[in-house]
Amino acid sequence: MDPIALIQAYTALGLGIIIGLGAIGACIGIGIMGSKFLESAARQPELVPMLQGRMFLLAGLIDAAFLIGVAIAMFFAFANPLLKALPVH
Amino acid sequence: MSEEAASGGLTEYIQHHLTHNTVTLGGTGFHFDSWVVSLSLGLLFCFWFRSYARKATSGVPSKGQAFVELIIEFVDGQVKDVFHGDRRFIAPLALTIFMWVFFMNAMDLLPLDLINGAVKTVAGEETAHHTFFRAVPTADANTTFAMSITVFFLTIFYSIKAKGAGGFTKELFTAPFHSHGLVPKILLAPFNFFLNLVEYLSKPVSLAMRLFGNMYAGEIVFMLISGLMMSWLTFLPGVVFNTGWAIFHILIIGLQAFIFMVLTVVYIAMAHEHH
Repeated sequence: MDPIALIQAYTALGLGIIIGLGAIGACIGIGIMGSKFLESAARQPELVPMLQGRMFLLAGLIDAAFLIGVAIAMFFAFANPLLKALPVH
Repeated sequence: MSEEAASGGLTEYIQHHLTHNTVTLGGTGFHFDSWVVSLSLGLLFCFWFRSYARKATSGVPSKGQAFVELIIEFVDGQVKDVFHGDRRFIAPLALTIFMWVFFMNAMDLLPLDLINGAVKTVAGEETAHHTFFRAVPTADANTTFAMSITVFFLTIFYSIKAKGAGGFTKELFTAPFHSHGLVPKILLAPFNFFLNLVEYLSKPVSLAMRLFGNMYAGEIVFMLISGLMMSWLTFLPGVVFNTGWAIFHILIIGLQAFIFMVLTVVYIAMAHEHH
């Protein structure tokens, strides 16, 4: 099969897997953390400002791996090094 | 700035906007645009805060002074929460990191084709086609890794300062798994060393990649929106999408700067604790 098409096809599949699985992990993580936050906010409303600050911090940390995956996926989408390694391209 | 929807044009548009302005100096290239922007933003921050520090009054503060004090107290509060020791170096470090990263991230809100459009009006289409400029230094892995490697060296410095050079090396080999007696210590030393290595090396890598990934992905989405839809204010869906993503990105900009600062302080505080 045409090597360029092969590389492009597999790269596209890989990108879908990276972004899809990353999104699953990040969303489930935020969902769990958010539910705990809401629970504790209902239990002790006076702590909400402090908890909210911590919650945003954790949200950034949870999203980190997913966004790193997105960055890598975008890099492969637009400047695919595997394609550049081909002698013909 | 209206683009054809043909995928060839879009890919080329994005690749043009993803290319760094590289300058070759002494055999190696470096990213001139990241350097210039990060340096000027750092100087901007320094001059802004310095001008308010000089004319600070203890009477009723002006709005600008109140704003600067707000930021400084916020950062100091965060540092005080985490770091129990002499804050006179760490708090300014945290302030610098927070404001500098925030400014560099905020460059992402500039319209994508601003610089390109300026070059086009001044020097013509052909020059604009060959001029590359990436306005967001933190979307360049070099910048983020430079900052996180500096933080890494600072954590090692503070660790040695708290435990002494001998204590630091001893802890490298005896840290998570403690034992008494010489033979178990020697047996466990490689595992301890390996775990410590992973822990120490993962910190700067994760710090840098988190910031880089967030900013790079944000920039790519801006590029995709402007490549697919923007025709400079005359195409309403383009304006709507761009505004929506920009508003979301404002949250990310501040959040990533805050996270970088808090994690820096936490890593240094963890390195500084001694028993």
